[in-house]
Amino acid sequence: MTIDARFSLVRGGFALNVSLSMPARGITGIFGPSGCGKTTLLRALAGLEHDPLGHLTVGEVVWQNGSTFIPTHKRALGYVFQEASLFTHLTVRQNLEYGLKRIPRRERRLTFDSAVVLLGLNKLVDRAIDNLSGGERQRVAIARSLLTSPSVLLMDEPLASLDAQSKAEILPFLENLHRELSTPIMYVSHSLEEVAQLADHLVLMNAGRITAAGPLPQLLGRFDLPLAHSTDAESVVHAVVARHDNEYMLTHLKFAAGEFLIPRVALPSGRSVRIRILARDVSLTLKRQVDTSILNVLPARIKELTREDSATMTVLLDIGGDTPILCRLTRKSATMLKLRKDKQVFAQIKSIALFGTRQPSAEQLQPAHTMTSVRQG
Amino acid sequence: MLNDADISAIVTTLKLASTTTLILLLVGTPLAWWLACTRWRFKCIIETIVALPLVLPPTVLGFYLLVGLGPHGPIGETLCALGLNHLAFTFTGLVVGSIVYSMPFVVQPLQDAFSSIGKRPLEAAATLRACPLDRFLTIAIPLARPGFVTAAVLGFAHTVGEFGVVLMIGGNIPGKTQVLSIAVYDHVEAMDYTHAHWLAGGMLLMSFLSLLIVHAVNRRSRVIHS
Repeated sequence: MTIDARFSLVRGGFALNVSLSMPARGITGIFGPSGCGKTTLLRALAGLEHDPLGHLTVGEVVWQNGSTFIPTHKRALGYVFQEASLFTHLTVRQNLEYGLKRIPRRERRLTFDSAVVLLGLNKLVDRAIDNLSGGERQRVAIARSLLTSPSVLLMDEPLASLDAQSKAEILPFLENLHRELSTPIMYVSHSLEEVAQLADHLVLMNAGRITAAGPLPQLLGRFDLPLAHSTDAESVVHAVVARHDNEYMLTHLKFAAGEFLIPRVALPSGRSVRIRILARDVSLTLKRQVDTSILNVLPARIKELTREDSATMTVLLDIGGDTPILCRLTRKSATMLKLRKDKQVFAQIKSIALFGTRQPSAEQLQPAHTMTSVRQG
Repeated sequence: MLNDADISAIVTTLKLASTTTLILLLVGTPLAWWLACTRWRFKCIIETIVALPLVLPPTVLGFYLLVGLGPHGPIGETLCALGLNHLAFTFTGLVVGSIVYSMPFVVQPLQDAFSSIGKRPLEAAATLRACPLDRFLTIAIPLARPGFVTAAVLGFAHTVGEFGVVLMIGGNIPGKTQVLSIAVYDHVEAMDYTHAHWLAGGMLLMSFLSLLIVHAVNRRSRVIHS
């Protein structure tokens, strides 16, 4: 099932001109700089911006084409705005029930109570909106939109107006949604970190146009796109919890071509996880170092390398498996090691961040444990 | 203290002000909503017409209403042709005049209140499956509550205080179309300052209390134009 959209809108001096097909499952990150049209695209998907010539199909359902325009309130969508936009004249409970009451009972796939549990709102339901923190408001807004059992959830920078602490508080809940619900999510963000943590699929936008779309791990490593060249360039690798080492309290994570070791995490064996590796945390050696404190050393082949500026270079490494990883190093190091395409090297990974995602789990949510960042060496 | 004519003037005034306020809230709410929402390029024309009584001398307004609603005016004539009475010198005529005269005091606070809600809560409600009427009733009206308080109190108080329009169209018939403000004028004309003081003082107190209510209820909202 896919979501197919085609819009060309002019708003003031800004033109949105997009045609795209997104998978109607998992999280699709819509990423780009501020003002690139991400929000306008999302609003057009919701029917809040009307392009008379637009086309939009969600699965089998036509939401818009030449002659049809289904108004927003008749579209099975959820929308989370950048500011929570809760109804201030209603309590938390009434906000949550607002959408729920307006859909027929037989279309309800999520109960009030499970939404409350999913977003950790137990203590908040009978509070007034004024007494909620920014993070709490946004969680209520997410639950409120989910309670309409949408066939797609549109999120417009839901974390952008929150402080770092509230962001950290919400992200695990978002990962949890991803794991617990089958609802596809379109997630607009200008934060690569958020997108890398959450998205499966990525749509890159710039100046009202789509520059690339595809699975996130692939796009992160593409040299023709700006992501691989940013200072926080990073790679995402999928892995599975293989086993726990109780002697040293480590966890072995298995990926397509080997293993990563991280300090022990409270996740069951077999659980799929997402590993994030920053390009600047990867260093290269020509021979496998034995006297090093770095545990994660992988044989790799240089797929591509490019100069960023007069001092730094970016290298794309094939570590086996389908996801290459990025490495950022100095031009001097690259010259000393005589790096070139197809050369065999060893990648030393100094730090790995683990996002707990994938697969429904029976265990109760423990937000504090779902993200672990490890620094070694 | 108060004579019978005074009491019947008070009753007429209160009846007039309540009827006018009620009708204005019913008519003014959709009008204000439309003005707050529409992107029609000529909406300023409607806004100007609504605001006109703010600047027009009440006697001018009253004169045109008298001409229009009287037996030879277009509206009066139509009513007569339908077997009804024309409206000059009647209570109904007073109500019609008051509605026109107090319109801006009801419509403008409501329009401001609706505008200040912004599009966002309504868009949020639309994404939660609320149709336009549903959004209006469950989001716009509750959120515009301070505007409704202001509109009701100002509309009521302003109708109580009108003079020129009611004098023209009502004709100052005691027990029928004589209202307080005119009764005060009559007492002063007759050099009866005691009665004038009672009525004037009462109206002063009532106006003060009305505005106090507005300010107390909408601590943040401001009373616009008077």
